[in-house]
Amino acid sequence: MSLFDLRLQEVHNRLSKKELSVTDLVGDAFAKISERDGQVGAYLTLNEEGARAEAARLDNKLAGGEEKGLLFGLPVGIKDNMVTEGLRTTCASQFLANYDPIYDATVVAKLKLAEAVTVGKLNMDEFAMGGSNENSSFHPVRNPWDLSRVPGGSSGGSAAAVAAGEAYFTLGSDTGGSIRQPASYCGVVGLKPTYGLVSRYGLVAFASSLDQIGPITKNVEDAAYVLQAIAGHDPKDSTSADVEIPDYLEALTGDVKGLRIAVPKEYLDGVDPQVKDAVMAALKVLEGLGAVWEEVSLPHTEYAVAAYYLLASSEASSNLSRFDGVRYGVRADHAGNLLDLYLESRSQGFGPEVKRRIMLGTYALSSGYYDAYYLKAQKVRTLIKRDFDQTFEKYDVIIGPTAPTTAFPLGSQVDDPLTMYLNDILTIPVSLAGVPAISVPCGFADGLPVGLQIIGKAFDESSVLRVAHAFEAHTDHHKQRPSL
Amino acid sequence: MSTSKYETVIGLEVHVELHTKTKIFCGCSTEFGAPPNTHTCPVCLGHPGVLPVLNRQAVDYAMKAAMALNCEIGDVSKFDRKNYFYPDSPKAYQISQYDQPIGENGYIDIEVDGRTKRIGITRLHLEEDAGKLTHVDGGYASLVDFNRVGTPLVEIVSEPDISSPEEARAYLEKLRAIMQYCEVSDVKMEEGSMRCDANISLRPWGQKEFGTRAELKNMNSFRGVVRGLEYEQYRQAEILDEGGEVVQETRRWDEAQGKTFSMRGKEEAHDYRYFPDPDLVKIHIDQAWKDRIRASIPELPDARKARYTAEYGLPEYDAGVITSSKPLADLFENSLEYTSDAKAVSNWIMGDLLGYLNSNGLELPQVKLTGQGLGEMINLIEKGTISSKIAKTVFKEMLQSGKLPQQIVEEQGLVQISDEGAILEIVKEVVANNPASVQDYKAGKEKAIGFLVGQVMKQSKGKANPGLVNKLLVEVLKD
Repeated sequence: MSLFDLRLQEVHNRLSKKELSVTDLVGDAFAKISERDGQVGAYLTLNEEGARAEAARLDNKLAGGEEKGLLFGLPVGIKDNMVTEGLRTTCASQFLANYDPIYDATVVAKLKLAEAVTVGKLNMDEFAMGGSNENSSFHPVRNPWDLSRVPGGSSGGSAAAVAAGEAYFTLGSDTGGSIRQPASYCGVVGLKPTYGLVSRYGLVAFASSLDQIGPITKNVEDAAYVLQAIAGHDPKDSTSADVEIPDYLEALTGDVKGLRIAVPKEYLDGVDPQVKDAVMAALKVLEGLGAVWEEVSLPHTEYAVAAYYLLASSEASSNLSRFDGVRYGVRADHAGNLLDLYLESRSQGFGPEVKRRIMLGTYALSSGYYDAYYLKAQKVRTLIKRDFDQTFEKYDVIIGPTAPTTAFPLGSQVDDPLTMYLNDILTIPVSLAGVPAISVPCGFADGLPVGLQIIGKAFDESSVLRVAHAFEAHTDHHKQRPSL
Repeated sequence: MSTSKYETVIGLEVHVELHTKTKIFCGCSTEFGAPPNTHTCPVCLGHPGVLPVLNRQAVDYAMKAAMALNCEIGDVSKFDRKNYFYPDSPKAYQISQYDQPIGENGYIDIEVDGRTKRIGITRLHLEEDAGKLTHVDGGYASLVDFNRVGTPLVEIVSEPDISSPEEARAYLEKLRAIMQYCEVSDVKMEEGSMRCDANISLRPWGQKEFGTRAELKNMNSFRGVVRGLEYEQYRQAEILDEGGEVVQETRRWDEAQGKTFSMRGKEEAHDYRYFPDPDLVKIHIDQAWKDRIRASIPELPDARKARYTAEYGLPEYDAGVITSSKPLADLFENSLEYTSDAKAVSNWIMGDLLGYLNSNGLELPQVKLTGQGLGEMINLIEKGTISSKIAKTVFKEMLQSGKLPQQIVEEQGLVQISDEGAILEIVKEVVANNPASVQDYKAGKEKAIGFLVGQVMKQSKGKANPGLVNKLLVEVLKD
């Protein structure tokens, strides 16, 4: 058993008893990275010197018996779209290959406050656009369970690093499924909080109305700890909700008696049979614990993917305009005039998927098309949100698979963007509705992990975590480790 | 060629910088004149990951301005992104307002040639300013200063109700005065805190449809706006006279050449791809907020003008000139705390003060005159302590030093001589030295006394009380 298989509380117990040091933990992370990351490719930038120095500082503090931060001493990997002052942040794009941010994202500041130790920055699909991590403009990430397969995306590095033991926990970001789907493919726990629960300040924007940061961990309890540390109102983010943050650990009672579960029939249609079997088995487990489930309909599900790609791409086309070669990032040499500077810098700096989405979004917002595309997609979004609101009038949580399939082989879908987009069909509606959802391991299909998606009401992360935790406590899927 | 065959139709788009302490979406200072790029932060530099946070003061000011322009204020307002690439715009979009501006459907009244005309205000919206580009000589480089980026602006769009360049000027002057009275902006066209673009078209009298318009840019003073519009009026009339068609385009006013030049045609017009800014939440404006802002609006120029004519009996014209600028009107009222002669205050402001400011190209805040100084000086004249002539010297000194008139009079020994004995001595001396004039006077040429008075005043260095001089001369000459 690896150090990183210990629950957070156990790690802290051992630190307190001096059976373990932060230096040991950080050392273990870098040992695993040097042993495995050549194959996995989860990291883009390592912070080894900084992390070891921080570990030494924390060990000193530990010796002094001072009070510990919530995530004290835990080696964390951060998805490379969250800015870290002085530590290269690339969004896995050539455009920012040499970009050192001049400030810390709010989540990064909160991790520092909680005394987690930043190990490095994690690979992803370029600007978080993709579902396989093959759109990284540096190198792909490989799934620790099967190195010929993708880890999912866009937080592929974040999920693979946890699965491979290369970080104790990681942060990912989720716009249409980018935390949940890779967590599902890599057999780890991934939580997308309610839109507005975690500050987006310092998260390089892909689609501002959808982006949320969340934890990827080995178990549900640890996810609750990390969420506790990063959730909360931020005056620097106008869309961050000013709500009271509950004690998420208190929610982990193990009690799901009388829990009302909705299972949307649209979430089981067309799903891989083995994935469906794993989900049905999971429902049985919850039933055994006293929960009841019923099949329901979320009738607008089929329009979600189309609406999402219009809205997310529209926002992205505007968000990514700032990458113009004038102030930072790639700047084309010898451009003869301003227009050429823009065209050449952006042509060189962005990869094909990013360009595709910028063009799609620019088109959708263009004069004469706005009503037919952007506005209509917004209306669809309202209807999808209503589907969820109506379901939550009668049910506590909605449960289904996280993704229609398990991890697919590298290269199998890169030339077929539409098929690639459909991998997110079960996660996108949740993002459009802005509600929280977690993916927890619920079985294996041909040796590859399957994820169970538990969806809750807005700001009811407590229920989502409680159900996930109860399920996890009665299964051992999350204890399985890939053999690397 | 004549413009009289055509009706001119003008609409103005005016940008006014709001003088909040900090920028509209970050905490940087808005102070003018700092070294380049020193008032910047990750947010206004558009670094990856930053988010805007709305400055409530800017909303307050925009609401105040909108209310002062008689606009309706909606219950909900929101921000949209206006997308375009230009190096002065670090995010490559400007946060502006598209379909839910702060204010709509307002108006202001202007006076031209003694007639009052109402000009409609289509909308007033809030947005962020861009940075400032400087093109290096030789064209090999452009420099950008982001200090100004994120300064809050309101854009005020008029209806096409303006029918001449003179009306455009009157509209701008009234708009400036209202913004000044509301204390939301410095409104200085020369410093760029007030900027104006114009849409202008011509149509034959009686025609209902608008003619094809040109949009004029780069007019950096009121005079520039008038000249630009006059030129464009002339240019379009000439095209129409020759049977040609005006092209819809954006034209740049060249102050030095006194001409407009085409910048870009209709085909090159930007598609700004407006959409709601997902980083900002809607502004919900409740009645209490509206009431609070409405209560903060001071007496506006039209109301003050009416009061000055009714209460102080000032002529319409004088009241109009004085209330056209808040500093002038404030000086007027301030002076009246020290003297009761409103007409005298008005005369000094309209005459000596404006004359001095105009001939030296100065604005009122640049001189040191105070209301107390002007009021007390008028009292000194009325008490006979100084003559009107001496007062002109005192007034100039007050403009430059800001000293009070009593002090100036004492320091420079300017007190009027009202001592009959002292004046009599000078009178006798002048009479003795000017026998020819004395003879003329005695021969019935009464005008000759004027010359003798002048001589007495000259010898007394202007300090002799002119009334006494006259009286004593008449007495002496009788003998």
